[in-house]
Amino acid sequence: MSEAVTPLNGADFEGLATIKDAGLSGMITLRGDLASKEVKAAVKKAVGLGIPLQRQALSGQGTAVLWMSPDELLLLCAYDEVAQKIAALEKALEGQHFLAVNVSDARTVLRISGTGARETLAKLCPVDLSPGAFTPGMVRRTRMAQIPAAFWLDDSGVFYLICFRSVADYAFGALKDAALPGGEVGVYG
Amino acid sequence: MLILTCPCCGVTGEETEFHQGGEAHLKRFGPGSSDDDFHTYMFAKENPKGAHFERWRHNNGCGKWFIMARDTVTLEVYGTYPAQTHEPPKNIRDAITAKRPGWTWRDFA
Ligand SMILES: [Zn+2]
Repeated sequence: MSEAVTPLNGADFEGLATIKDAGLSGMITLRGDLASKEVKAAVKKAVGLGIPLQRQALSGQGTAVLWMSPDELLLLCAYDEVAQKIAALEKALEGQHFLAVNVSDARTVLRISGTGARETLAKLCPVDLSPGAFTPGMVRRTRMAQIPAAFWLDDSGVFYLICFRSVADYAFGALKDAALPGGEVGVYG
Repeated sequence: MLILTCPCCGVTGEETEFHQGGEAHLKRFGPGSSDDDFHTYMFAKENPKGAHFERWRHNNGCGKWFIMARDTVTLEVYGTYPAQTHEPPKNIRDAITAKRPGWTWRDFA
């Protein structure tokens, strides 16, 4: 077995916000009929969580479920538990029309925290990130500068951003640039 | 800049989160059709000054296709609706009529 590493290899930057490689993360794309009792039961079995509402996330102990589209969820878990979770999904969904794929090595996760986190993201994404509009538990898939990205906000005010592994360096550089001291806008107070 | 709402995931965003995918409500003519029909399907596109119907995709979002009615002059978005729709819904047609009384677009009015 080769040793898995993230593309950013633990990079971090402290500026108006703290941008950090979130480390290896298990990610499973699950597509199917999100309204069906079978998918509901399978997700419960695999990660112990329910089906989130449109553009919402649910999180548990080391696991999370993100609503990605009307027929797509992203399941997060420990990196080395992916195979076992997929096996559980496949068993629970046998005979159903579904897709469960390990995308852990195709994506990477960045952690954006600190008082400037909202502003840093808002400089790069066409999204209203004011505290009243973007609240904890929300997920947004959007454009970050020149790449597609998805992020969600946890209850402690930390953003987690997912992008393709191949553009991890670009994502980190863009976020770092947006968080450089001296570039404060102060739009969110 | 167009501001639109994706009917598939509910996000209201600006146009760089989306991608235009050509004219909507086309009737396709493929193998076996007459040369005239194929030529018209392939090349004779609407190019209105006013209300227009296009396919769009939420490519930096949920990834789904949908249809948008917009105004090529004012850039007003009259509305969006699911791709699985054969003609513009009444609320969309009413929104266009309010701004452009007497409008027509192919067989729609
Ligand atoms: Zn969408």
